Amino acid sequence: MAPLDQKMDTADDIGLLRFSTAGSVDDGKSSLIGRLLYDSKAVSTDRIAALERIARRKGEDVIDLSLLMDGLTVEREQGITIDVAYSYFATAQRKFIIADTPGHEQYTRNMVTGASTADAAVILVDAARGLSLQTRRHLYLSHLLGVPHLVVAVNKMDLVGFDKGAYDIVVASIEAFADAIGAKRTYIVPISAKHGDNVVNASTNMPWYEGQPLLALLEALPPAIVMHQAPFRFPVQLVRRVPVHGGEQIRQYLGRVESGHIKAGDEIAVMPAGRVTRVRAVSDFHGPLERGESGRSIAIEVQDELDIARGDVLTPPLLPPRVDDEFTATICWFSDDGFNGQGRYLVKCGTRTVAGRVAEIIYRLDVATLATEPNPETLRCNDIARVRIALAESLAFDAYDANRATGAFILIDADTNATVAAGMIALRDGEATAAGGSGFDVGL
Amino acid sequence: MTIPVLSAKPAPAPARHLDNLESEAIYILRETAAEFSNPALLFSGGKDSTVLLRLAEKAFRPSKFPFPLLHVDTGENFPEVIAFRDRIAKQLGERLIVRTVQDSIDRGRVKLKTPNQSRNALQSVTLLDAIAEFEFDACIGGARRDEEKARAKERIFSYRNSFGQWDPRHQRPELWSLYNGRLDKGEHMRIFPLSNWTEIDIWRYIEREEMELPSLYYAHERPLAVRGKNLVPFSDLFPAREDDVIETRVVRFRTVGDITCTLPVESNAATVEQVIAETMVASLSERGATRLDDQTSDASMEERKRAGYF
Repeated sequence: MAPLDQKMDTADDIGLLRFSTAGSVDDGKSSLIGRLLYDSKAVSTDRIAALERIARRKGEDVIDLSLLMDGLTVEREQGITIDVAYSYFATAQRKFIIADTPGHEQYTRNMVTGASTADAAVILVDAARGLSLQTRRHLYLSHLLGVPHLVVAVNKMDLVGFDKGAYDIVVASIEAFADAIGAKRTYIVPISAKHGDNVVNASTNMPWYEGQPLLALLEALPPAIVMHQAPFRFPVQLVRRVPVHGGEQIRQYLGRVESGHIKAGDEIAVMPAGRVTRVRAVSDFHGPLERGESGRSIAIEVQDELDIARGDVLTPPLLPPRVDDEFTATICWFSDDGFNGQGRYLVKCGTRTVAGRVAEIIYRLDVATLATEPNPETLRCNDIARVRIALAESLAFDAYDANRATGAFILIDADTNATVAAGMIALRDGEATAAGGSGFDVGL
Repeated sequence: MTIPVLSAKPAPAPARHLDNLESEAIYILRETAAEFSNPALLFSGGKDSTVLLRLAEKAFRPSKFPFPLLHVDTGENFPEVIAFRDRIAKQLGERLIVRTVQDSIDRGRVKLKTPNQSRNALQSVTLLDAIAEFEFDACIGGARRDEEKARAKERIFSYRNSFGQWDPRHQRPELWSLYNGRLDKGEHMRIFPLSNWTEIDIWRYIEREEMELPSLYYAHERPLAVRGKNLVPFSDLFPAREDDVIETRVVRFRTVGDITCTLPVESNAATVEQVIAETMVASLSERGATRLDDQTSDASMEERKRAGYF
């Protein structure tokens, strides 16, 4: 743990930043993270000693910081990242969680695993090679997942002589692509991970760059979208029966407040059934709570004896979620087997799992060109598609852009139990997005 | 050699950060209770699994836990830790199941290459046997991603095939908080509610919750065998070698595992506040400083995990 942790407490208001990193092969992503960890003194001496042993064995005079990241034997052998690795560091300003994700298209499922919980995505571009297909893919997927801040690090500036002209050409192509997909809040930083320019310390080789080094930028990014302003959503995880005196039992509904807040006396609707009751008490392990805030795991009691079970969502009656047995969504297909129009699937959304099927593939999207192919009959691994999902029973949900917790779902193969796809429920025409929504309909 | 106790009193725990970690762990524990029919919580008496018990109280009290506690005892644990384990389980009023590596040896399930071989890696077999015996479909463990780079790759719901193996190249995608708990018979899930906690978070939480830990975690005098740069503990069951140089040092343990592979660090930190202050300036990683089993190769944890280790 970094020694600077001590000072971090005073900066708790700005909060933790989770960021994902992605880049094409050889873009220097592992070196960049190694550099961030090393220069912010988050690497322990025994791990540095291990790197020094490796360097001596190979007869190299500098340690290879990229080796800090690739955790699996097969990754070190091949020099690639296959699955997400999480690492943790802190500076005087902030605590960070890095989700280092693979660049290969083959491992897109792992890239989106890391990006799904990120507040920012750091995407690497090789200054000499420019915007690659994979980089477009990473930018698009990060934007699709609604990652609030996109940061493009134009790496290997040393290979183009730290030349502003070369950088400007790359910047122009990034900005054009970001515009095309409708990404706002995109930051671009010229760096050299290998030499440390503009990673932690400002570069003396690029006096023409007026912005902040990467770490300073990450330290200053506004905190993640605050969900307490969105309408109250409480997917029920468990029902608990607590004995009270007189041999009676009261029922408590356990779960996490995904957005908004709740207090005793509030009127709530039990969705998807729509029955309305009032909250009698809100509590946690320590006792009654004046208010259950977003993000907190709590217990709720209601006034009326209602049938409330795992998978139901408690919401305000006046700001309910949508309830339907079908929806339109953008999905990313993960399974090597692809989708052939058949197959039995389960849809897990919030705490509810229902049988469902892909009723229609509306279009497949080519992430590189943003061209759409209408009504394909099959999907391959890593395809991005707009689909219509039909459900065996009604579900309460929101659009992903309005509420990540109630707008995201996974598709589980009912036969193999594998997670074969992840999806984001689309807005209906004219539906408003929450602040920070990706608006991923753009350009289509 | 004396080590000064750091006088700087650390600032109080960052409340919101710990609240977020706690809330996430409670959510994961409740998802486990909902998605599995027969889970178990692995409790060793160590600090991480003791924190797990506290979180389970927060998730489920006043009800009983929806799972028993399971300890795989190598027979080489520190006696103080075993006493702590038994006392805490009794205080909580929860069922504690203990299965020993010795049982697996007696039944011929594992063979020792030498009588003095560390039994730490052998506990995977005993664990898998216990999972089969009780038909557990989920095992909740206190592993954290910051401990070691193979653990840094692990999902929160981490699938094991019917041989108990982890296949790190084909993990289920795990997006948002949508954990896929579906299994076929004979398979099981390892569940890690503390995935996003770091060592300092654990200590901050222990401080905030005023939790008791085995005394080994705090500075105490202990005779140790000095072998190179390692200070090696010994006990009646595992005596020092004849050629060992024995010295009494003031030490504490950062991890508490098997006596044959757990090393103490020199420290005067006798209270939780002092441990936090020391942890914040520590330059060695937790397992690197104290675990002989992780020093053998770059991939030692990964190899053990693939075979069923926690």
